[in-house]
Amino acid sequence: MRFDYDVVIIGAGGAGLYAALEASGAGKTAVISKLYPQRSHTGAAQGGIGAALGNLEEDNPEWHAFDTVKGGDYLVDQNAAVILAEEAVRAVYDLENKGLPFSRTPEGKIDQRRFGGHTRDFGAAAVKRSCFSADRTGHMILQTLYQQCIKNNVSFHDEWQAVDVVMDGSRITGIIAFELSTGELHLVSAKAVLFATGGFGRMFKVTSNAIANTGDGPAILARNGLPLMDMEFFQFHPTGIRKMGILITEGVRGEGGMLFNRHGERFMEKYAPTLLDLAPRDMVSRAIITELSRGNGIQGSGAIDDWVNLDASHLGKEVVESKIPDIADFCRTYLGVDPAVEPMPVQPTAHYAMGGIPTDVDGRVTDGTTLWNGLFAAGECACVSVHGANRLGTNSLVELIVYGRRSGQAMAAYVKDAPAANPGSAGNDKLAHWKKRIEALKKGGKKTGDSMEAMKETMMTNVGVYRTEKNIQKAVKDITALRASFGEIGAQDRDAHFNMEVLSILELENLLDLSLHTSAAALARTESRGAHSREDYPERDDAQWLKHTLSRLDKDKIKLDYKPVDVSRWEPKPRVY
Amino acid sequence: MNVILDINRFDPERDSESRRERFEVCVEPTDRVLDALIHISRYEDGTLAFRKSCAHGICGSDAMRINGKERLACKTLIRDVAEADGDIVTLDPLNHFPVQKDLMVDQSEFLARFRAVEPYLNPKEAPPPNGEFYQSAQDRALIDDATKCINCGACYSACPKLDENPYFLGPAALVAAARFVFDSRDKGLDERLKIVDDADAIWSCDNHFDCTRVCPREIKITKLINLMKRTVNKYKEGQL
Repeated sequence: MRFDYDVVIIGAGGAGLYAALEASGAGKTAVISKLYPQRSHTGAAQGGIGAALGNLEEDNPEWHAFDTVKGGDYLVDQNAAVILAEEAVRAVYDLENKGLPFSRTPEGKIDQRRFGGHTRDFGAAAVKRSCFSADRTGHMILQTLYQQCIKNNVSFHDEWQAVDVVMDGSRITGIIAFELSTGELHLVSAKAVLFATGGFGRMFKVTSNAIANTGDGPAILARNGLPLMDMEFFQFHPTGIRKMGILITEGVRGEGGMLFNRHGERFMEKYAPTLLDLAPRDMVSRAIITELSRGNGIQGSGAIDDWVNLDASHLGKEVVESKIPDIADFCRTYLGVDPAVEPMPVQPTAHYAMGGIPTDVDGRVTDGTTLWNGLFAAGECACVSVHGANRLGTNSLVELIVYGRRSGQAMAAYVKDAPAANPGSAGNDKLAHWKKRIEALKKGGKKTGDSMEAMKETMMTNVGVYRTEKNIQKAVKDITALRASFGEIGAQDRDAHFNMEVLSILELENLLDLSLHTSAAALARTESRGAHSREDYPERDDAQWLKHTLSRLDKDKIKLDYKPVDVSRWEPKPRVY
Repeated sequence: MNVILDINRFDPERDSESRRERFEVCVEPTDRVLDALIHISRYEDGTLAFRKSCAHGICGSDAMRINGKERLACKTLIRDVAEADGDIVTLDPLNHFPVQKDLMVDQSEFLARFRAVEPYLNPKEAPPPNGEFYQSAQDRALIDDATKCINCGACYSACPKLDENPYFLGPAALVAAARFVFDSRDKGLDERLKIVDDADAIWSCDNHFDCTRVCPREIKITKLINLMKRTVNKYKEGQL
C-alpha cells in the first residue's frame, strides 16, 4: 500500500515521541515503530536526566557543558554540548509539567543526585545534577511522552519495520516499511523523515541493550551511501549484572555504592583519586578490566569473565528500597541477591553507541559538506556530537529530550516550505525490490543463530573495552566473512503474517553492517581516547586524531574520512579526575 | 539441565484449533524462559512466534502464561518453574486477548481501554514559568505504585471478572486512572469521575486479587482499585 505523510518518525522511544509531539502540529505526522509504543528501550534507562537546576547545591549549565566535553575526551562538538546543557533545564521542567513523577526533595522540588563525571566548578567535586524518579527515570520519560502523544492524537503505525529510504539525489522522498502483522511492504512518502531507532549494543555478547536494539536506522542510511560518524566509540558501562549484562545504574554509586575487588580494596582510589567510583564510565570499566586481568577479580582467575563487587549494603534497606527499588528487584530475580544485605557481582556491559548518523544541532543529517534535505536523526542512533568519545551518565536522556525536541521543531519548520514529496519511479523500484527480497528470504536456508553468536563473540572479544591492532584485525576479518556468507541465511517460516524470523534476519544484517563500521573505524584510530582504548597506542594523540571519523560502506569495505571537531570554547587538556 | 517446553501453537489464518508442541532444550537453571524461546527460534524452529525486547522485565513485551500463571518470560528463570531434568514447562498465550500467532496476542482492545481512561496529566493550574510544580514527597509516594505499570497485560489475562463482564475496563486501565486520580498536580476526579465511577470500571471489581498476584511489577492493583472506590464515594458525598 501507499501512504502519504508530511513527517514520518521512525522509532517510538524518547527522541521519536518528543519529536512527534513537536512536529504533529505542523503537518500530517506518523510514528512508525517495530515495537508497540511503551516497549522502546528508553524505558530501561534508570538513573536520571542531568540538568543544572541547582535544587540541592549550586550548579550551572556551563559546568554541565564542560563536564560533557571533558567526559567525551574532547571529541565533543562544544557548541552542541552548550546547547545540550542549557536546554536541559527547560526540558526537565517541561517533562515535569507534562506529568513526569520525579522523586522529590523535602521541599517538594525535583530531587537530584550525583552521577559519574558531573562536577561543580569545572571538576572540583561531584555535584547533584541528575534529576531522577527512583531508578525508573527512562520508564517515566517514555510513559509521560506516550501519554502526551495520546492527549495530542499522534498517529502510530505499530510493528512496522523500516527497511529502506527513497532518495531523490540528496533529498528524501519516502521510506519503505515492512508491516509485521500482514507481511505487506509499504511505500510511505514524506517530506521529512526522522530516524530515532536507538542503539545497536546487540552486536556485543554482553550488553544492557534490548533485543530490538539492532541499529536499523544507521544501517539503512549506510547502505544508501551515507556516512556514519565516530562508530569506533562504544561505551561499556562498568556495572552490568554478571553474564547477563543487565544494567545496574550508576545511580547506585551516586547514592554511595562502592566497587571492591577480591581483597576488599576500594580499587577506584588508584585510578581516579578525586571522583573515585564516580569517575566517567570508560575509566571505571578500564579499571575493572585491569583489576580482573591482574587476578583481583572475585574469582581471581585473571579472565575477563571474572567480576568485581558493587556494594550498597551500607546504605540500608530504606535507601535501597526507595532510591533503587528496581535494581533491588533485578538482583533478587536474576542473582538471588538482596543488595541491602550483600554486594552485587558486576562486570562491564556494552551499553551505548556514541557514534551514529551525523547531524547538526537541529537534527539535520549532514557530514559537514553535504546536507541531506528532509532527513533528520535524533537520540542514540544520531551523532550530533554531544558525547564525543565517551558519554556521561544521564546525558543520553538529556539528548533524547533536547535534540528530539529540536529535531521535531526543525521538521515542523522544514515541511512548511518543502515541496510535496514524490518518491516517483525510484519509490516503486525500491518497493518492488523489497517485495522480491522478502519473498527470497522465505525460501529457507541457514538459521540466524550461528552467525549472530559468532558476531557477538568476536565483537566482544576483539573490539571491547581494550583493543589492539591484532584483535581488531581479527574482528574485521570475522565480520567480513560473516557478511560474505550472509546470503546462506533464510527463513523457515513461509508466512506473510507475523513472520518474526524474517525480521530477525533483517536485524542481523543491520548489526553485521554496523559491526564492520565499528571495527574498521577502531582499527584505523591509532590512539586511545574515551571509550576507544588501544593497548598498542595508550595515549591520546590530539595532533593526529582530534577529528571525527566518517565511515562509508563500499560493498564489502569501509572507506574512512575525517572531519574537524568544534573546540571553540575549551582547549583540549589531559583528562584526569 | 534439559527441560521440555510444551508450547500452545495456533495460527488463526491456518488452524481451526490450537495444538501443543514440545521442544527439549538444554538450559542453565539460571537462564530465563525467554532465553530458551530465543534458542528454539534461532536454532530449531524459526516459525515460533512470540514478542520480546528488553529481556529484563521492563518493556512488557513478553507476558504469557507459564505453567498456567501469567508471568514475563524474561523475568522468569528456568529454576523458578522447573526443578529437575525432563521437567515440563507449559507456555500459553495470555487469556482475554485474541491470539495472533502462537504466543503473540492482539493488544488493540487492551490498549484502547488504557486510552479510554485519559491517561495523561490534566493539570489543576498552569505550570509555573520555567519551573516545576511543587509536590511533597508524601504526595509523590501516593502515585509511586501506579507509575510502575508497563502495560504488559498480565493482570488483564488473570482477571476472572473479564470472563463475566467482557466490557470491564480491566485492572491495567484502572491502574492508569489511579496514577492520575491520586496525582496532587492533576484535576483528578473532576475530570475522571465519569470514567472510573462506572459499572464497567471500578465497580466491576470484586476483589479476587488475581491481578495483584500476577503483576510482574508487584503493583498492589486491587488495593488501588479499592482506594479509588473509597475516594469516589467521598467525592460524591462532597467530602473531598
